[in-house]
Amino acid sequence: MIAALVIVFREVLEAALVVGIVLAATRGLAGSRRWVSFGIVGGLIGAALVARFAGALTDSLEGYGQEIFNASVLLIAVAMLIWHNAWMASHGRQMAADMRGVGDAVRAGDRPLYALAVVVGAAVLREGAETVLFLYGLAASDGGMMASVTGGAAGLLAGAAAGAALYFGLLRIPPRHLFKVTGWMIALLAAGMAAQAMVFLSAADMMPLGPTLWDTGWLLREDSLTGKILHTLVGYVAEPTEAQLAAYLGTLAVIAAANTLAGRAADKPATT
Amino acid sequence: MSKHIALLAALAAVTAVSFAGVPARAAEPKTYELIIKDHKFTPDRIEVPAGEPFYLLVKNQDSGVEEFDSYDLHREKVIHGGREAKIKLLGLKPGTYNFIGEFHQKTALGAVIAK
Repeated sequence: MIAALVIVFREVLEAALVVGIVLAATRGLAGSRRWVSFGIVGGLIGAALVARFAGALTDSLEGYGQEIFNASVLLIAVAMLIWHNAWMASHGRQMAADMRGVGDAVRAGDRPLYALAVVVGAAVLREGAETVLFLYGLAASDGGMMASVTGGAAGLLAGAAAGAALYFGLLRIPPRHLFKVTGWMIALLAAGMAAQAMVFLSAADMMPLGPTLWDTGWLLREDSLTGKILHTLVGYVAEPTEAQLAAYLGTLAVIAAANTLAGRAADKPATT
Repeated sequence: MSKHIALLAALAAVTAVSFAGVPARAAEPKTYELIIKDHKFTPDRIEVPAGEPFYLLVKNQDSGVEEFDSYDLHREKVIHGGREAKIKLLGLKPGTYNFIGEFHQKTALGAVIAK
């Protein structure tokens, strides 16, 4: 039961943290809850499909189907997060100034929200597929199924609670700072995902990772609970390679550039 | 404008990863077989020469699914019962690289030792 709890908790935790950040970043944007829900449901359906067809997926693309699929899902999420941040950079100022201006946000808010639904769906998909496979394996094996299901349910609740804690923690930030803080969190989330995608691409034999640059495992192990949380939130890796660092910094640079361009476009006199 | 760039970037990324070309190699790397049976790895220690690329061919002879998971080797792969999966590794520095079967961590343990 404990094994099921721990494994399900770890998988759910990553997705729950992403959902928590996205919900905090879209607070006040009408329709955001609906889009996030679509993302979660879509991700769960996708996860079930991936689990069902995992065998065929693995065998595809010269045996590297899983790795390429994981890398693609991560990179699509990165692109969506970059887009969302750029959109917020161009509209954020007027929204931060008047949180009650939901009227405008309703019309304007719909466009970047499906991007975030994709991000949420991607996170739920990746973590959900592993969880479904694990629980399916438990159901198929002998003995202790009730204990495993109970443990799994407990792990799911614990993971969701962690995401909720992050969400409510972020909401304590005053609204005028919230957009900036969540903007940073989304940037670091995207950078971490891009670095993770590099590992899958190298596993698919598409590129080398390069030398390992440093090892902070003595300070914080990546497989500890804190390490895993930081891995999701800011992309912490105990032994990063060249490729991971390049992807991390490169993503931050692209986000900074996109935000600057979007901000300048917003500053131009608008024709209403 | 920026959203178009982001969309193009996403499409480019998806297109790029879809074309998984196998890089040309001078000599074919060696393949080491790893069997999963009764939720255990056999052999549970694999010795490889350091610095040389190689493949691990993991065969899951159990009926249930397992996930080969190695933080040290930067590899994780789900393998359904009765199926096999190959894992490519580039040259390793001398050392011990642990791996586990994530779904049966108590018994599925092993290591690759590069000398």
